Amino acid sequence: MAGVQLIKVTKNFGSVVAVDDFSLDIADKEFMVLLGPSGCGKSTVLRMIAGLEAPTSGEVFIGDHLMNGVAPKDRDVAMVFQSYALYPHKTVRANIEFPLKTRGVDSKLRAAAVADAAAVLGLADLLDRKPGQLSGGQRQRVALARALVRDPQVFCMDEPLSNLDAKLRGETRSELVALHQRLGSTFVYVTHDQVEAMTMGSRIAVIVAGVLQQVGSPTDVYDRPANIFVATFLGTPPMNIFPAQLFEAGEHSVGVRPEYVRFVDSHSGGVEATIRLVEHLGHEVHVTGVLADGTVVVARHGGEEASPRSGDMVTVSAEARHRHRFDVSGRRLA
Amino acid sequence: MFRRRGDGLIASAMLAPAIAILSIFVVYPLGRAVWLGHLRCDATGRKCRTSGWMQYFDVLRSSDFQHALKVTFVYALLTVPAGLVIGVGLAVLADKQIRGIGFFRTIFSSTVATSVAVASLIWFVLLQPQVGLLPDMLSMFGVMKNPGLLNDAGTALPAIAITSIWANLGFTFIIVTAALQSIPAELFESAMMDGAGGWKRFTNVTIPMLSPTLLFVSVVLVTRAFQAYAEVDLLTKGGPNPERSTETVTYLIYGQTSLVKNDIGLKSTTAVLLFAILLVLSLVQFRSLERRVHYGN
Repeated sequence: MAGVQLIKVTKNFGSVVAVDDFSLDIADKEFMVLLGPSGCGKSTVLRMIAGLEAPTSGEVFIGDHLMNGVAPKDRDVAMVFQSYALYPHKTVRANIEFPLKTRGVDSKLRAAAVADAAAVLGLADLLDRKPGQLSGGQRQRVALARALVRDPQVFCMDEPLSNLDAKLRGETRSELVALHQRLGSTFVYVTHDQVEAMTMGSRIAVIVAGVLQQVGSPTDVYDRPANIFVATFLGTPPMNIFPAQLFEAGEHSVGVRPEYVRFVDSHSGGVEATIRLVEHLGHEVHVTGVLADGTVVVARHGGEEASPRSGDMVTVSAEARHRHRFDVSGRRLA
Repeated sequence: MFRRRGDGLIASAMLAPAIAILSIFVVYPLGRAVWLGHLRCDATGRKCRTSGWMQYFDVLRSSDFQHALKVTFVYALLTVPAGLVIGVGLAVLADKQIRGIGFFRTIFSSTVATSVAVASLIWFVLLQPQVGLLPDMLSMFGVMKNPGLLNDAGTALPAIAITSIWANLGFTFIIVTAALQSIPAELFESAMMDGAGGWKRFTNVTIPMLSPTLLFVSVVLVTRAFQAYAEVDLLTKGGPNPERSTETVTYLIYGQTSLVKNDIGLKSTTAVLLFAILLVLSLVQFRSLERRVHYGN
């Protein structure tokens, strides 16, 4: 097994800079999630690790080996694509054994490896079917088995759950985490879904416009966002950002997660807001209000708490220890 | 079958134009040809009498028809596999995102806009022993000395086949190029990750994913080969004689020197037999190749 290191990697497509001066150190056996909005360059980073794109500049290492110029098949990296990329004319068995066949592995060893991978992923009864006869979840498991059978140093996964329905996505999330723990391999996982990132990753790398914004554990990134983008990208509903003057002295911005926005007595200090929308989600309630200057504030509370009603005037506040402070450029202040 | 009585009327009204056109231009002419096929006509072709259906068996047994059928089969064998291989090869080569490839795509597909007559004239010049490029090259490399390819009974059919392959190349190239562009790039990338080199990607991804297109193109090319007429008429007129080495079945039906030209009964019999042979051939192609064809998910 091996870690992955990207050093000052840049990737240009013509005049478009897809990835800009990107450095990231992924430890051996780590589950690294590359998180960002669509078009931010996270898939390009993954494809450069896999060898499907060549960096314009910078270096990619897998283990101790420089991978620039090394063909994908020689990197010992397996990839699971968003569309699964299964060969539709081959059976599940032929799909899984294809990487071994191309490498000239003996047929008995191939059969044993296919049987092992199929057993791990619950595909033993589906080996003679073709991908067109499988459900989305089964196809996804075949794609995983095809990656697994090679026993690669690094697994690259490009939004592998995005084609599944919500229920199956939740189940497969935990299966993937269990698989990572069982294999002890390095996983690099691309997603735009913050729930996947928070629940699966050992660490999360947040990327915007090809630039790495922050790397850290899910709690680090959630509790101590490096800048306003990370603060507002992670969390549902996103963090509220206010001018500091509403709560304290200074020219900076103040961020408050919706779960820490409190409705208080008007005499206790705070900011007045008019409630515009109350959404009952069962286990919690989202309350959206508007301040006098037009700033929108969202509060999140447990479903059992009493909530204001639409049109009510309320006073909102947040304890100082739950306030995040960002300078005028959006960077976190200590 | 229909949920309401009115549905049947509406369906009939909507199908009527298509049924009318098919009846006038396909069903009636086919039925008429089958019927004409049992007539025997005199040398002038004007006085015809019914002779039962034995004429079909007579034509099948005749040496003229058997010779023409053999020529047609050889012609199809010369043109279809080579046309398919060259067309797919060029389409795969041109399916690259590199600068200037559009120029080559235009060149490769240009023969689709070239009529058989123009293609035949171009190749007539190219194949001439006095001025043609091809005989010059064959002489230069010592393969043949000043060959008149169209005048030699052994080379006339291959020479026409070259014309046909060239003329059909644009069609094959365009259809295969369109099919190539519909193959998801991720399949090729996945094969690359799985360790497949260029040839293995071609055999394991490209060919299986192209299989429905290849079946379609091969059926069309076989049909065109069996209907080859204009190039034969323009380049050799069925000759060189007396071997009649390029007399295809279609030329036997329509050719200026054909024996059956003025006999409406014989012409119809031969045409109906050609139709039946093509029908059987197409069915055999579908039956034998369809198991290897993948029609997506």
